Amino acid sequence: MFDALTPAEWAAIGLSLRVATLAALASLPFGVAIAYLLARGRFPGHAVVDGIVHLPLVMPPVVTGYLLLLAFGRHGPVGMFLERAFGIVVVFRWTGAVIAAMVMGFPLMVRAMRLSFEAADVRLEAAAATLGAGRATVFATITLPLALPGILAGTVLSFARALGEFGATITFVGNIPGATQTIPTAIYSAIQTPGGELAALRLTVIAVAVAFLALLLSGTLARRAARRVLGR
Amino acid sequence: MTLSVDVTRTMGGFTLAAAFTGTDGVTALFGRSGAGKTTLVNMIAGLARPDRGLVRLNDAVLVDTGHGIDLPAHRRRVGYVFQEGRLFPHLSVRHNLAYGERRARRRERWGSFGDVVDLLGIAGLLDRRPADLSGGEKQRVAIGRALLASPRLLLMDEPLASLDAQRKAEILPYIERLRDDMKLPIVYVSHAVEEVARLADTLVLLADGKVAAAGSVNDVFARLELRPLTGQFEASVVLTARIIANDAAGGTTVLDHPGGRLSVALLPQPTGARARLRVRARDVALAIGPIGNLSIRNRLAGTVAEIAGSGPVVEVRLDIAGEPLIARVTREAARALDLKIGQPVTALIKSTAFDRLDDFA
Repeated sequence: MFDALTPAEWAAIGLSLRVATLAALASLPFGVAIAYLLARGRFPGHAVVDGIVHLPLVMPPVVTGYLLLLAFGRHGPVGMFLERAFGIVVVFRWTGAVIAAMVMGFPLMVRAMRLSFEAADVRLEAAAATLGAGRATVFATITLPLALPGILAGTVLSFARALGEFGATITFVGNIPGATQTIPTAIYSAIQTPGGELAALRLTVIAVAVAFLALLLSGTLARRAARRVLGR
Repeated sequence: MTLSVDVTRTMGGFTLAAAFTGTDGVTALFGRSGAGKTTLVNMIAGLARPDRGLVRLNDAVLVDTGHGIDLPAHRRRVGYVFQEGRLFPHLSVRHNLAYGERRARRRERWGSFGDVVDLLGIAGLLDRRPADLSGGEKQRVAIGRALLASPRLLLMDEPLASLDAQRKAEILPYIERLRDDMKLPIVYVSHAVEEVARLADTLVLLADGKVAAAGSVNDVFARLELRPLTGQFEASVVLTARIIANDAAGGTTVLDHPGGRLSVALLPQPTGARARLRVRARDVALAIGPIGNLSIRNRLAGTVAEIAGSGPVVEVRLDIAGEPLIARVTREAARALDLKIGQPVTALIKSTAFDRLDDFA
Protein backbone atom coordinates (compact mmCIF):
# COMPACT_ATOMS: atom_id res chain seq x y z
CA MET A 1 0.00 0.00 0.00
CA PHE A 2 2.89 2.36 0.75
CA ASP A 3 4.29 1.61 -2.71
CA ALA A 4 1.18 3.18 -4.05
CA LEU A 5 1.85 6.55 -2.41
CA THR A 6 2.66 9.25 -4.90
CA PRO A 7 5.65 11.53 -4.36
CA ALA A 8 3.22 14.36 -3.55
CA GLU A 9 1.58 12.24 -0.85
CA TRP A 10 4.97 11.36 0.64
CA ALA A 11 5.80 15.05 0.63
CA ALA A 12 2.55 15.84 2.45
CA ILE A 13 3.32 13.28 5.16
CA GLY A 14 6.88 14.54 5.59
CA LEU A 15 5.74 18.14 5.71
CA SER A 16 3.01 17.37 8.25
CA LEU A 17 5.51 15.71 10.60
CA ARG A 18 8.08 18.47 10.11
CA VAL A 19 5.54 21.25 10.67
CA ALA A 20 4.05 19.58 13.75
CA THR A 21 7.45 18.87 15.32
CA LEU A 22 8.78 22.36 14.71
CA ALA A 23 5.54 24.01 15.84
CA ALA A 24 5.52 22.06 19.13
CA LEU A 25 9.19 22.74 19.85
CA ALA A 26 9.08 26.41 18.87
CA SER A 27 5.96 26.98 21.02
CA LEU A 28 7.51 25.28 24.04
CA PRO A 29 9.40 28.24 25.62
CA PHE A 30 6.52 30.65 24.96
CA GLY A 31 4.03 28.12 26.29
CA VAL A 32 6.01 27.59 29.52
CA ALA A 33 6.41 31.34 30.05
CA ILE A 34 2.76 32.23 29.41
CA ALA A 35 1.44 29.24 31.39
CA TYR A 36 3.61 30.14 34.39
CA LEU A 37 2.56 33.77 34.14
CA LEU A 38 -1.12 32.84 34.03
CA ALA A 39 -0.80 30.24 36.81
CA ARG A 40 1.19 32.35 39.25
CA GLY A 41 1.16 35.96 38.08
CA ARG A 42 -1.11 38.54 39.68
CA PHE A 43 -1.08 41.47 37.32
CA PRO A 44 -3.57 43.82 35.67
CA GLY A 45 -4.67 42.45 32.33
CA HIS A 46 -4.44 38.84 33.47
CA ALA A 47 -7.87 38.13 32.00
CA VAL A 48 -6.95 39.85 28.73
CA VAL A 49 -3.80 37.74 28.25
CA ASP A 50 -5.83 34.64 29.12
CA GLY A 51 -8.45 35.63 26.54
CA ILE A 52 -5.97 36.33 23.74
CA VAL A 53 -4.25 32.97 24.31
CA HIS A 54 -7.58 31.17 24.08
CA LEU A 55 -8.96 33.06 21.05
CA PRO A 56 -7.70 30.58 18.41
CA LEU A 57 -9.56 27.83 20.27
CA VAL A 58 -12.94 29.50 19.85
CA MET A 59 -12.59 31.50 16.61
CA PRO A 60 -13.29 29.77 13.31
CA PRO A 61 -9.84 28.58 12.08
CA VAL A 62 -10.41 30.39 8.80
CA VAL A 63 -10.57 33.65 10.77
CA THR A 64 -7.27 32.89 12.47
CA GLY A 65 -5.79 32.04 9.06
CA TYR A 66 -7.07 35.25 7.53
CA LEU A 67 -5.74 37.34 10.44
CA LEU A 68 -2.35 35.66 9.99
CA LEU A 69 -2.52 36.47 6.30
CA LEU A 70 -3.24 40.12 7.12
CA ALA A 71 -0.39 40.31 9.64
CA PHE A 72 2.24 38.14 7.92
CA GLY A 73 1.28 38.81 4.30
CA ARG A 74 3.74 40.71 2.13
CA HIS A 75 1.80 43.89 2.83
CA GLY A 76 1.04 43.07 6.45
CA PRO A 77 3.05 44.83 9.20
CA VAL A 78 4.85 41.73 10.44
CA GLY A 79 5.31 40.28 6.97
CA MET A 80 6.84 43.50 5.64
CA PHE A 81 9.18 43.73 8.59
CA LEU A 82 10.35 40.12 8.22
CA GLU A 83 10.94 40.51 4.50
CA ARG A 84 12.80 43.84 4.77
CA ALA A 85 14.90 42.95 7.83
CA PHE A 86 15.68 39.30 7.17
CA GLY A 87 14.40 38.56 3.67
CA ILE A 88 12.00 36.02 5.14
CA VAL A 89 8.65 35.37 3.50
CA VAL A 90 6.28 33.02 5.34
CA VAL A 91 3.03 33.42 3.47
CA PHE A 92 2.39 30.51 1.08
CA ARG A 93 5.57 28.83 2.39
CA TRP A 94 5.88 25.82 4.69
CA THR A 95 7.28 28.09 7.40
CA GLY A 96 3.89 29.81 7.40
CA ALA A 97 2.28 26.45 8.09
CA VAL A 98 4.49 26.19 11.20
CA ILE A 99 3.28 29.60 12.38
CA ALA A 100 -0.36 28.64 11.78
CA ALA A 101 0.12 25.38 13.67
CA MET A 102 1.84 27.19 16.56
CA VAL A 103 -1.02 29.66 16.93
CA MET A 104 -3.71 27.00 16.70
CA GLY A 105 -2.01 24.63 19.15
CA PHE A 106 -0.98 27.31 21.64
CA PRO A 107 -4.19 27.41 23.74
CA LEU A 108 -4.10 23.63 24.25
CA MET A 109 -0.42 23.74 25.17
CA VAL A 110 -0.89 26.58 27.66
CA ARG A 111 -3.91 24.95 29.30
CA ALA A 112 -2.08 21.71 30.05
CA MET A 113 1.03 23.51 31.30
CA ARG A 114 -0.92 26.00 33.35
CA LEU A 115 -2.74 23.22 35.20
CA SER A 116 0.54 21.57 36.13
CA PHE A 117 2.05 24.86 37.31
CA GLU A 118 -1.03 25.43 39.44
CA ALA A 119 -0.64 21.94 40.87
CA ALA A 120 3.08 22.37 41.64
CA ASP A 121 3.19 22.77 45.43
CA VAL A 122 4.11 26.32 46.44
CA ARG A 123 5.00 24.98 49.88
CA LEU A 124 7.90 23.08 48.30
CA GLU A 125 9.00 26.32 46.67
CA ALA A 126 8.90 28.02 50.08
CA ALA A 127 11.00 25.19 51.52
CA ALA A 128 13.55 25.68 48.73
CA ALA A 129 13.72 29.40 49.52
CA THR A 130 14.55 28.70 53.18
CA LEU A 131 17.40 26.52 51.89
CA GLY A 132 18.94 29.49 50.10
CA ALA A 133 17.44 29.21 46.62
CA GLY A 134 16.47 32.48 44.90
CA ARG A 135 13.43 32.78 42.65
CA ALA A 136 15.11 31.71 39.42
CA THR A 137 16.77 28.72 41.10
CA VAL A 138 13.49 27.69 42.70
CA PHE A 139 11.83 27.81 39.29
CA ALA A 140 14.55 25.79 37.58
CA THR A 141 15.07 23.18 40.30
CA ILE A 142 11.62 22.78 41.86
CA THR A 143 8.75 24.29 39.86
CA LEU A 144 9.84 23.18 36.39
CA PRO A 145 10.58 19.55 37.33
CA LEU A 146 7.30 19.30 39.25
CA ALA A 147 5.40 20.67 36.26
CA LEU A 148 7.21 18.39 33.80
CA PRO A 149 4.33 15.95 33.19
CA GLY A 150 2.05 18.84 32.19
CA ILE A 151 4.75 20.44 30.06
CA LEU A 152 5.21 17.19 28.14
CA ALA A 153 1.45 16.72 27.80
CA GLY A 154 1.08 20.28 26.49
CA THR A 155 3.84 19.75 23.95
CA VAL A 156 2.29 16.54 22.68
CA LEU A 157 -1.14 18.22 22.47
CA SER A 158 0.35 21.03 20.42
CA PHE A 159 2.02 18.47 18.14
CA ALA A 160 -1.24 16.56 17.70
CA ARG A 161 -3.20 19.73 17.03
CA ALA A 162 -0.62 20.73 14.39
CA LEU A 163 -1.02 17.38 12.60
CA GLY A 164 -4.73 18.03 12.26
CA GLU A 165 -4.51 21.72 11.40
CA PHE A 166 -6.56 22.55 8.33
CA GLY A 167 -8.53 25.77 8.27
CA ALA A 168 -5.93 28.29 9.30
CA THR A 169 -3.24 26.54 7.26
CA ILE A 170 -5.17 26.44 3.98
CA THR A 171 -6.20 30.07 4.42
CA PHE A 172 -2.73 31.32 5.33
CA VAL A 173 -0.36 29.23 3.17
CA GLY A 174 -2.68 27.53 0.71
CA ASN A 175 -2.55 23.94 -0.49
CA ILE A 176 0.43 23.67 -2.85
CA PRO A 177 1.51 20.04 -3.42
CA GLY A 178 5.16 19.58 -2.47
CA ALA A 179 5.35 23.03 -0.88
CA THR A 180 2.58 23.69 1.63
CA GLN A 181 0.35 20.65 1.31
CA THR A 182 -0.03 18.71 4.59
CA ILE A 183 -1.91 15.45 5.22
CA PRO A 184 -5.27 17.15 5.94
CA THR A 185 -5.08 19.49 2.94
CA ALA A 186 -3.92 16.60 0.74
CA ILE A 187 -6.95 14.56 1.82
CA TYR A 188 -9.15 17.55 1.06
CA SER A 189 -7.64 17.83 -2.46
CA ALA A 190 -8.02 14.11 -3.07
CA ILE A 191 -11.69 14.20 -2.12
CA GLN A 192 -12.24 17.15 -4.45
CA THR A 193 -10.56 15.28 -7.32
CA PRO A 194 -12.69 12.80 -9.36
CA GLY A 195 -11.32 9.28 -8.72
CA GLY A 196 -9.30 10.43 -5.71
CA GLU A 197 -11.20 8.33 -3.16
CA LEU A 198 -8.46 5.72 -2.87
CA ALA A 199 -5.80 8.37 -2.30
CA ALA A 200 -7.98 10.01 0.35
CA LEU A 201 -8.38 6.63 2.07
CA ARG A 202 -4.64 5.90 2.03
CA LEU A 203 -3.86 9.25 3.62
CA THR A 204 -6.68 8.80 6.12
CA VAL A 205 -5.21 5.49 7.30
CA ILE A 206 -1.84 7.18 7.71
CA ALA A 207 -3.40 10.10 9.59
CA VAL A 208 -5.12 7.72 12.00
CA ALA A 209 -1.91 5.74 12.54
CA VAL A 210 0.24 8.84 13.19
CA ALA A 211 -2.35 10.28 15.58
CA PHE A 212 -2.57 6.99 17.47
CA LEU A 213 1.22 6.70 17.77
CA ALA A 214 1.38 10.26 19.07
CA LEU A 215 -1.19 9.42 21.74
CA LEU A 216 0.68 6.27 22.80
CA LEU A 217 3.94 8.19 23.01
CA SER A 218 2.41 10.98 25.06
CA GLY A 219 0.87 8.47 27.46
CA THR A 220 4.21 6.73 28.00
CA LEU A 221 6.05 10.03 28.44
CA ALA A 222 3.48 11.34 30.91
CA ARG A 223 3.61 8.17 33.00
CA ARG A 224 7.38 8.21 33.06
CA ALA A 225 7.50 11.88 34.00
CA ALA A 226 4.93 11.42 36.76
CA ARG A 227 6.93 8.54 38.16
CA ARG A 228 10.09 10.62 38.13
CA VAL A 229 8.42 13.62 39.76
CA LEU A 230 6.53 11.72 42.43
CA GLY A 231 9.34 9.25 43.02
CA ARG A 232 7.03 6.29 42.57
CA MET B 1 22.34 34.24 69.69
CA THR B 2 19.68 36.83 70.21
CA LEU B 3 16.49 36.78 68.21
CA SER B 4 14.13 39.64 68.78
CA VAL B 5 10.70 39.70 67.21
CA ASP B 6 8.11 42.45 67.46
CA VAL B 7 5.51 42.19 64.73
CA THR B 8 1.87 42.85 63.96
CA ARG B 9 -0.25 41.54 61.14
CA THR B 10 -3.98 41.49 60.53
CA MET B 11 -5.47 38.62 58.53
CA GLY B 12 -9.21 38.78 58.14
CA GLY B 13 -10.58 39.30 61.64
CA PHE B 14 -7.47 37.90 63.32
CA THR B 15 -4.73 40.17 64.58
CA LEU B 16 -1.32 38.83 65.42
CA ALA B 17 0.59 41.24 67.63
CA ALA B 18 3.51 39.51 69.28
CA ALA B 19 6.85 40.46 70.71
CA PHE B 20 9.40 38.10 72.23
CA THR B 21 13.10 37.46 72.51
CA GLY B 22 14.81 34.15 71.93
CA THR B 23 18.27 33.22 73.17
CA ASP B 24 20.57 30.21 72.86
CA GLY B 25 18.96 26.85 73.38
CA VAL B 26 15.38 26.06 72.50
CA THR B 27 12.72 28.75 72.54
CA ALA B 28 9.28 27.19 72.36
CA LEU B 29 6.33 28.98 70.79
CA PHE B 30 3.52 27.27 72.59
CA GLY B 31 -0.21 27.59 72.22
CA ARG B 32 -3.33 26.09 70.76
CA SER B 33 -3.87 25.80 67.03
CA GLY B 34 -4.92 29.13 65.60
CA ALA B 35 -2.90 31.07 68.17
CA GLY B 36 -0.63 32.43 65.43
CA LYS B 37 2.43 30.26 66.03
CA THR B 38 3.06 29.26 62.42
CA THR B 39 2.49 32.78 61.08
CA LEU B 40 5.04 34.02 63.57
CA VAL B 41 7.76 31.56 62.51
CA ASN B 42 6.92 32.22 58.87
CA MET B 43 7.73 35.87 59.51
CA ILE B 44 11.08 34.90 61.00
CA ALA B 45 11.77 32.68 57.97
CA GLY B 46 10.70 35.31 55.45
CA LEU B 47 7.71 33.31 54.19
CA ALA B 48 5.18 35.78 55.62
CA ARG B 49 5.40 39.53 55.88
CA PRO B 50 4.30 41.53 58.91
CA ASP B 51 2.19 44.65 58.40
CA ARG B 52 4.50 46.39 60.82
CA GLY B 53 7.42 45.27 62.84
CA LEU B 54 10.98 44.30 63.42
CA VAL B 55 12.81 40.99 63.32
CA ARG B 56 16.47 40.93 64.30
CA LEU B 57 18.88 38.02 64.52
CA ASN B 58 22.07 38.98 66.37
CA ASP B 59 23.32 42.05 64.49
CA ALA B 60 21.36 41.33 61.32
CA VAL B 61 18.07 43.08 60.65
CA LEU B 62 15.81 40.61 58.85
CA VAL B 63 12.71 42.78 58.83
CA ASP B 64 12.27 46.45 59.60
CA THR B 65 9.08 47.75 58.02
CA GLY B 66 9.88 51.25 59.23
CA HIS B 67 12.95 51.30 56.99
CA GLY B 68 11.50 49.15 54.23
CA ILE B 69 13.78 46.21 55.02
CA ASP B 70 12.45 42.73 54.28
CA LEU B 71 15.30 40.34 53.56
CA PRO B 72 14.14 37.59 51.18
CA ALA B 73 13.90 34.11 52.70
CA HIS B 74 16.79 32.72 50.68
CA ARG B 75 19.21 35.27 52.11
CA ARG B 76 18.25 34.94 55.79
CA ARG B 77 20.18 31.76 56.67
CA VAL B 78 17.27 30.69 58.83
CA GLY B 79 16.59 26.95 58.59
CA TYR B 80 13.05 25.60 58.65
CA VAL B 81 11.78 22.13 59.43
CA PHE B 82 8.12 21.93 58.45
CA GLN B 83 5.45 19.82 60.05
CA GLU B 84 4.94 17.83 56.88
CA GLY B 85 8.64 17.59 55.98
CA ARG B 86 8.27 19.09 52.51
CA LEU B 87 10.97 16.92 50.99
CA PHE B 88 11.33 17.41 47.25
CA PRO B 89 9.56 14.39 45.72
CA HIS B 90 11.55 14.47 42.48
CA LEU B 91 14.94 14.28 44.21
CA SER B 92 16.63 11.44 46.06
CA VAL B 93 17.38 11.78 49.77
CA ARG B 94 20.99 12.56 48.87
CA HIS B 95 19.98 15.40 46.57
CA ASN B 96 17.42 16.69 49.04
CA LEU B 97 20.17 16.90 51.66
CA ALA B 98 22.61 18.55 49.26
CA TYR B 99 20.05 21.12 48.08
CA GLY B 100 20.76 23.67 50.79
CA GLU B 101 24.41 22.70 51.23
CA ARG B 102 25.23 23.60 47.61
CA ARG B 103 23.74 27.04 48.14
CA ALA B 104 25.48 27.86 51.41
CA ARG B 105 28.60 29.99 51.16
CA ARG B 106 31.69 27.92 51.79
CA ARG B 107 32.98 30.06 54.64
CA GLU B 108 29.60 30.03 56.35
CA ARG B 109 29.23 26.24 56.36
CA TRP B 110 29.50 24.59 59.74
CA GLY B 111 28.38 21.01 59.26
CA SER B 112 29.80 18.41 56.91
CA PHE B 113 27.55 16.10 54.89
CA GLY B 114 29.00 13.01 56.57
CA ASP B 115 28.65 14.40 60.09
CA VAL B 116 25.02 15.38 59.61
CA VAL B 117 24.16 12.05 57.98
CA ASP B 118 25.77 10.23 60.91
CA LEU B 119 24.15 12.45 63.51
CA LEU B 120 20.71 11.71 62.13
CA GLY B 121 21.34 8.07 61.26
CA ILE B 122 20.24 8.42 57.64
CA ALA B 123 23.25 6.95 55.84
CA GLY B 124 21.16 3.99 54.70
CA LEU B 125 18.50 6.17 53.12
CA LEU B 126 20.61 8.29 50.77
CA ASP B 127 19.60 6.63 47.51
CA ARG B 128 15.89 6.39 48.30
CA ARG B 129 13.12 8.68 47.16
CA PRO B 130 11.01 10.59 49.73
CA ALA B 131 7.97 8.52 48.73
CA ASP B 132 9.75 5.41 50.03
CA LEU B 133 10.48 6.81 53.51
CA SER B 134 8.50 6.38 56.72
CA GLY B 135 7.20 9.47 58.51
CA GLY B 136 10.04 9.43 61.04
CA GLU B 137 12.68 8.98 58.34
CA LYS B 138 11.23 11.87 56.36
CA GLN B 139 11.51 14.19 59.35
CA ARG B 140 15.10 13.17 60.02
CA VAL B 141 15.99 13.87 56.39
CA ALA B 142 14.14 17.20 56.59
CA ILE B 143 16.17 18.12 59.68
CA GLY B 144 19.40 17.12 57.91
CA ARG B 145 18.49 19.14 54.85
CA ALA B 146 17.88 22.23 56.98
CA LEU B 147 21.15 21.72 58.91
CA LEU B 148 23.29 21.35 55.80
CA ALA B 149 22.23 24.81 54.63
CA SER B 150 24.24 25.99 57.68
CA PRO B 151 21.54 28.16 59.25
CA ARG B 152 22.19 30.62 62.06
CA LEU B 153 18.87 29.66 63.60
CA LEU B 154 16.60 26.67 63.10
CA LEU B 155 12.82 26.96 63.06
CA MET B 156 10.83 23.80 63.73
CA ASP B 157 7.09 23.98 63.19
CA GLU B 158 5.47 21.04 64.99
CA PRO B 159 7.99 18.64 63.46
CA LEU B 160 6.54 15.70 65.41
CA ALA B 161 2.83 16.47 65.11
CA SER B 162 2.16 14.05 62.26
CA LEU B 163 4.07 11.17 63.86
CA ASP B 164 2.86 8.45 66.19
CA ALA B 165 4.27 8.09 69.72
CA GLN B 166 6.96 5.64 68.69
CA ARG B 167 8.24 7.88 65.86
CA LYS B 168 8.23 10.88 68.18
CA ALA B 169 10.42 9.00 70.62
CA GLU B 170 12.69 8.17 67.68
CA ILE B 171 13.17 11.82 66.64
CA LEU B 172 13.38 13.60 70.00
CA PRO B 173 16.92 12.47 70.88
CA TYR B 174 18.14 13.93 67.57
CA ILE B 175 16.60 17.29 68.35
CA GLU B 176 18.25 17.17 71.77
CA ARG B 177 21.58 16.58 70.08
CA LEU B 178 21.12 19.69 67.96
CA ARG B 179 20.46 21.64 71.12
CA ASP B 180 23.20 20.12 73.30
CA ASP B 181 25.95 19.01 70.93
CA MET B 182 25.66 21.39 67.99
CA LYS B 183 24.58 24.36 70.15
CA LEU B 184 22.17 25.39 67.43
CA PRO B 185 19.59 27.95 68.54
CA ILE B 186 16.12 26.59 67.82
CA VAL B 187 12.66 28.13 67.76
CA TYR B 188 10.30 25.23 68.33
CA VAL B 189 6.58 25.49 67.65
CA SER B 190 4.38 23.02 69.47
CA HIS B 191 1.14 22.53 71.29
CA ALA B 192 2.35 19.38 73.07
CA VAL B 193 3.27 19.93 76.71
CA GLU B 194 5.59 16.92 76.88
CA GLU B 195 7.68 17.99 73.89
CA VAL B 196 8.06 21.51 75.15
CA ALA B 197 8.82 20.41 78.71
CA ARG B 198 11.50 18.10 77.43
CA LEU B 199 13.14 20.32 74.84
CA ALA B 200 12.64 23.96 75.62
CA ASP B 201 14.53 26.37 77.85
CA THR B 202 12.42 29.44 77.16
CA LEU B 203 8.69 29.34 76.58
CA VAL B 204 6.59 31.92 74.77
CA LEU B 205 2.91 31.23 75.37
CA LEU B 206 0.71 32.49 72.54
CA ALA B 207 -3.03 32.92 72.79
CA ASP B 208 -5.26 34.61 70.20
CA GLY B 209 -2.31 36.19 68.43
CA LYS B 210 -0.79 37.68 71.55
CA VAL B 211 2.00 36.71 73.91
CA ALA B 212 0.19 35.66 77.08
CA ALA B 213 3.39 34.86 78.96
CA ALA B 214 7.09 34.35 78.35
CA GLY B 215 9.87 33.05 80.54
CA SER B 216 11.58 29.85 81.57
CA VAL B 217 9.58 26.71 80.85
CA ASN B 218 9.38 25.88 84.57
CA ASP B 219 8.01 29.25 85.53
CA VAL B 220 5.41 29.54 82.79
CA PHE B 221 4.09 26.02 83.25
CA ALA B 222 3.89 26.54 87.02
CA ARG B 223 1.79 29.69 86.77
CA LEU B 224 -1.63 28.58 87.83
CA GLU B 225 -3.59 31.30 86.01
CA LEU B 226 -2.09 30.16 82.71
CA ARG B 227 -3.35 26.62 83.06
CA PRO B 228 -6.39 27.17 80.81
CA LEU B 229 -4.03 28.48 78.10
CA THR B 230 -1.31 25.88 78.41
CA GLY B 231 -4.08 23.29 78.26
CA GLN B 232 -2.23 20.85 80.45
CA PHE B 233 -4.28 17.84 81.36
CA GLU B 234 -3.13 18.16 84.92
CA ALA B 235 -0.89 20.59 86.75
CA SER B 236 2.77 19.69 86.92
CA VAL B 237 6.14 21.35 87.00
CA VAL B 238 9.38 20.52 85.28
CA LEU B 239 12.48 20.40 87.45
CA THR B 240 15.99 20.57 86.10
CA ALA B 241 18.58 19.35 88.57
CA ARG B 242 22.16 18.10 88.59
CA ILE B 243 22.89 14.49 89.49
CA ILE B 244 25.27 14.30 92.45
CA ALA B 245 25.21 10.56 93.14
CA ASN B 246 24.00 7.36 91.51
CA ASP B 247 23.50 4.38 93.81
CA ALA B 248 23.04 1.52 91.40
CA ALA B 249 22.87 -1.08 94.17
CA GLY B 250 20.20 0.82 96.10
CA GLY B 251 18.42 1.85 92.91
CA THR B 252 18.40 5.57 93.62
CA THR B 253 19.83 8.76 92.20
CA VAL B 254 20.40 11.86 94.29
CA LEU B 255 19.98 15.26 92.69
CA ASP B 256 20.87 18.72 93.84
CA HIS B 257 17.87 21.05 93.88
CA PRO B 258 17.91 24.59 95.29
CA GLY B 259 15.28 23.55 97.83
CA GLY B 260 17.25 20.53 99.02
CA ARG B 261 18.39 17.12 97.88
CA LEU B 262 16.06 14.98 95.82
CA SER B 263 16.12 11.22 95.88
CA VAL B 264 14.55 9.57 92.84
CA ALA B 265 14.51 6.15 91.18
CA LEU B 266 17.85 5.45 89.48
CA LEU B 267 18.42 7.58 86.34
CA PRO B 268 20.48 6.51 83.33
CA GLN B 269 22.56 9.71 83.15
CA PRO B 270 26.01 9.87 84.77
CA THR B 271 26.90 11.87 87.86
CA GLY B 272 27.23 15.57 87.03
CA ALA B 273 24.67 15.47 84.20
CA ARG B 274 21.50 17.51 84.31
CA ALA B 275 18.22 15.66 84.36
CA ARG B 276 14.74 16.94 83.56
CA LEU B 277 12.01 15.57 85.74
CA ARG B 278 8.32 16.25 85.93
CA VAL B 279 6.34 16.25 89.16
CA ARG B 280 2.57 16.17 88.94
CA ALA B 281 0.71 18.39 91.38
CA ARG B 282 -1.34 15.49 92.72
CA ASP B 283 1.87 13.74 93.84
CA VAL B 284 2.93 16.64 96.05
CA ALA B 285 1.75 16.68 99.67
CA LEU B 286 2.05 19.63 102.05
CA ALA B 287 3.06 19.75 105.69
CA ILE B 288 3.34 22.55 108.20
CA GLY B 289 5.69 22.40 111.17
CA PRO B 290 8.00 19.54 112.13
CA ILE B 291 7.64 16.21 110.36
CA GLY B 292 8.01 12.98 112.22
CA ASN B 293 9.06 9.60 110.86
CA LEU B 294 7.85 9.23 107.32
CA SER B 295 8.83 7.05 104.39
CA ILE B 296 8.86 10.06 102.08
CA ARG B 297 12.47 11.13 101.65
CA ASN B 298 12.00 14.25 99.55
CA ARG B 299 11.17 17.19 101.76
CA LEU B 300 11.51 20.62 100.21
CA ALA B 301 11.06 23.74 102.30
CA GLY B 302 9.33 26.71 100.71
CA THR B 303 6.52 29.21 101.00
CA VAL B 304 3.00 29.41 99.58
CA ALA B 305 3.02 31.72 96.55
CA GLU B 306 -0.47 31.31 95.13
CA ILE B 307 -3.68 29.41 95.80
CA ALA B 308 -6.05 28.82 92.89
CA GLY B 309 -9.23 26.93 92.22
CA SER B 310 -12.80 27.27 93.38
CA GLY B 311 -13.94 23.63 93.25
CA PRO B 312 -13.41 20.86 95.80
CA VAL B 313 -9.74 20.73 94.78
CA VAL B 314 -7.31 23.66 94.91
CA GLU B 315 -3.87 24.07 93.44
CA VAL B 316 -1.16 25.62 95.56
CA ARG B 317 1.93 27.08 93.89
CA LEU B 318 4.97 27.00 96.11
CA ASP B 319 8.17 28.96 95.94
CA ILE B 320 10.98 26.51 96.74
CA ALA B 321 14.12 28.66 96.93
CA GLY B 322 13.05 30.44 93.75
CA GLU B 323 11.90 27.31 91.91
CA PRO B 324 8.19 26.64 91.39
CA LEU B 325 6.32 23.55 92.56
CA ILE B 326 2.57 22.91 92.46
CA ALA B 327 0.62 20.87 95.01
CA ARG B 328 -2.93 19.71 94.42
CA VAL B 329 -4.89 19.32 97.63
CA THR B 330 -8.56 19.24 98.63
CA ARG B 331 -10.21 22.43 99.76
CA GLU B 332 -10.76 20.69 103.09
CA ALA B 333 -7.03 19.97 103.49
CA ALA B 334 -6.15 23.57 102.60
CA ARG B 335 -8.56 24.79 105.27
CA ALA B 336 -7.26 22.33 107.86
CA LEU B 337 -3.69 23.51 107.22
CA ASP B 338 -4.92 27.10 107.14
CA LEU B 339 -2.80 27.81 104.05
CA LYS B 340 -2.04 31.50 103.36
CA ILE B 341 0.14 33.31 100.90
CA GLY B 342 3.69 33.60 102.26
CA GLN B 343 3.27 30.80 104.76
CA PRO B 344 6.28 28.46 105.18
CA VAL B 345 5.45 24.87 104.24
CA THR B 346 7.25 21.64 103.48
CA ALA B 347 6.49 19.86 100.23
CA LEU B 348 6.64 16.08 100.39
CA ILE B 349 7.24 14.07 97.21
CA LYS B 350 7.62 10.29 96.95
CA SER B 351 10.78 9.17 95.12
CA THR B 352 8.69 7.25 92.63
CA ALA B 353 6.60 10.28 91.69
CA PHE B 354 9.23 11.81 89.40
CA ASP B 355 8.70 11.24 85.68
CA ARG B 356 11.82 11.17 83.59
CA LEU B 357 11.31 13.52 80.67
CA ASP B 358 13.80 11.82 78.41
CA ASP B 359 11.93 8.59 77.90
CA PHE B 360 8.34 9.57 77.45
CA ALA B 361 6.95 8.42 74.18
